[in-house]
Amino acid sequence: MFDDFFTRALIAGIGLAITVGPLGCFVIWRRMAYFGDTMAHSALLGVALSLLFDLNLMLSVFIVAAAVSLLLLLLQKRGALSTDALLGILSHSALSIGLVMVAFMTWVRIDLVGFLFGDILAVSEADIDLVWGGGILVLAAIVYLWRPLLASTVNPELAEAEGLQPERARLYFMLLMALVIAIAMKIVGILLITSLLIIPAATARRFATSPEIMAVLASAIGALAVTGGLFGSLHFDTPSGPSIVVAAMGLFVLSLLPFGRNRQVETAIHSTHGGHH
Amino acid sequence: MLNFHKSDQAPLVSLNNAGIRRNDRWLVRGVEFSISRGEIVTLIGPNGSGKSTTAKAAIGVLKPDEGWVEKLPGLKVGYVPQKLAIDWTLPLTVERLMTLTGPLKGREVEEALHSTGIAHLARAEVQHLSGGEFQRALLARAIARKPDLLVLDEPVQGVDFSGEIALYDLIKTIRNRTGCGILLISHDLHVVMAETDTVICLNGHVCCRGTPQMVSQSPEYLKLFGSRAAKSLAVYSHDHDHTHLPDGRVLHTDGSIT
Repeated sequence: MFDDFFTRALIAGIGLAITVGPLGCFVIWRRMAYFGDTMAHSALLGVALSLLFDLNLMLSVFIVAAAVSLLLLLLQKRGALSTDALLGILSHSALSIGLVMVAFMTWVRIDLVGFLFGDILAVSEADIDLVWGGGILVLAAIVYLWRPLLASTVNPELAEAEGLQPERARLYFMLLMALVIAIAMKIVGILLITSLLIIPAATARRFATSPEIMAVLASAIGALAVTGGLFGSLHFDTPSGPSIVVAAMGLFVLSLLPFGRNRQVETAIHSTHGGHH
Repeated sequence: MLNFHKSDQAPLVSLNNAGIRRNDRWLVRGVEFSISRGEIVTLIGPNGSGKSTTAKAAIGVLKPDEGWVEKLPGLKVGYVPQKLAIDWTLPLTVERLMTLTGPLKGREVEEALHSTGIAHLARAEVQHLSGGEFQRALLARAIARKPDLLVLDEPVQGVDFSGEIALYDLIKTIRNRTGCGILLISHDLHVVMAETDTVICLNGHVCCRGTPQMVSQSPEYLKLFGSRAAKSLAVYSHDHDHTHLPDGRVLHTDGSIT
């Protein structure tokens, strides 16, 4: 039953889920879900550029995602348009430019569906090395940046006043996101990367009593979703990327059921906004 | 009391003709003051007069577009911002909030929570606190790290009247015990802590300054807020066993009011 390709998919998928868990927490704490989408969509432009200039695929996706996030920072400083409008423009522009460029390159045939939805069953041993090597690097950086990142998530001015550097933490965070998207593209695909970032983290919220526990739980829940999704896709012969996301969604729905723990937290999740002003 | 601080010490922070400009408009301009160890400076002024902006310039969050700000090297700041919204998705207990910007010993956290009267809430999630409890938690967080300079932007907002007196008392105690400098922004134009050494009245610029008594009688203050306001510029004083309330009544330490 366990073919080699399936074992490789499992190892790569679990490695990726563990890596994105803590990042996903920051994405939802900072309300940056749409930002993750934008970076992921811009990955297609990275694909097109890599074909055009014969660059390493992952490197060119990373460069484009990083460039898009820096562009966003610049446009935000000008302050003419709101962040979500800017993200909408960047996201779909990058995606469309990528598609148009691909159409011009008549000499290449690319599997667009493969990039949009990923192909985890095609990961090689080199891909596994990359996922785990990159993953360890990303997690080490997150641990190192944890305090400034968390403090500036709560309040950047407070963090800055008390000697941390929120701007720098934010920049590093964006670069880490770009790196993770470059690594994850092959596995879950451009359209589904953000779901792996957000859904396990949102599921973890209900059971977490501290930010650190939530980050660890998000990784664990993500790994569970990858495992469940892959076995499901094998059993029902469904596409692997979407199956993983469906499994993650299943776990999220389970977390909403009113069993165990206190209900205060649950109502907290349901409320659309909160906090003190 | 007015000369509590030793003026021969170098100030913790000083603003020299500082101005902050946004979108072709000066939010505040020509601000000059300094805070020394053990000194309490209170900023008052109407909405939009540049109080928070001035405080942010003092702690280096905003860079002045004109003039300059000098800070003692290695200055440790404790900051209570005016607005702080913590997203519901972030699980954060009061205890965890304490070590947000730096590590602390368990004993230091306990002390800070105890002195602000919220030791029983250590394990509560911050999103479940009332406005007053949340302000105490923020104050506890700022003092727990034993700062040289405490910057409090409307620290008693949302706190009821007796809680307000208790918090002002606590701020005074912190100053006396640790000798830190305090920059306080009052949410109420007419209320200033009695221990304040210098009141600075802002309205886009420094419109007047001095001891609380001096400011309440200065012509600029009268012009800005009217003579009724001046009559009611209340001073919280704490003379050992009783407190003078703004309306002239006296609050005794046992809680009775005469």
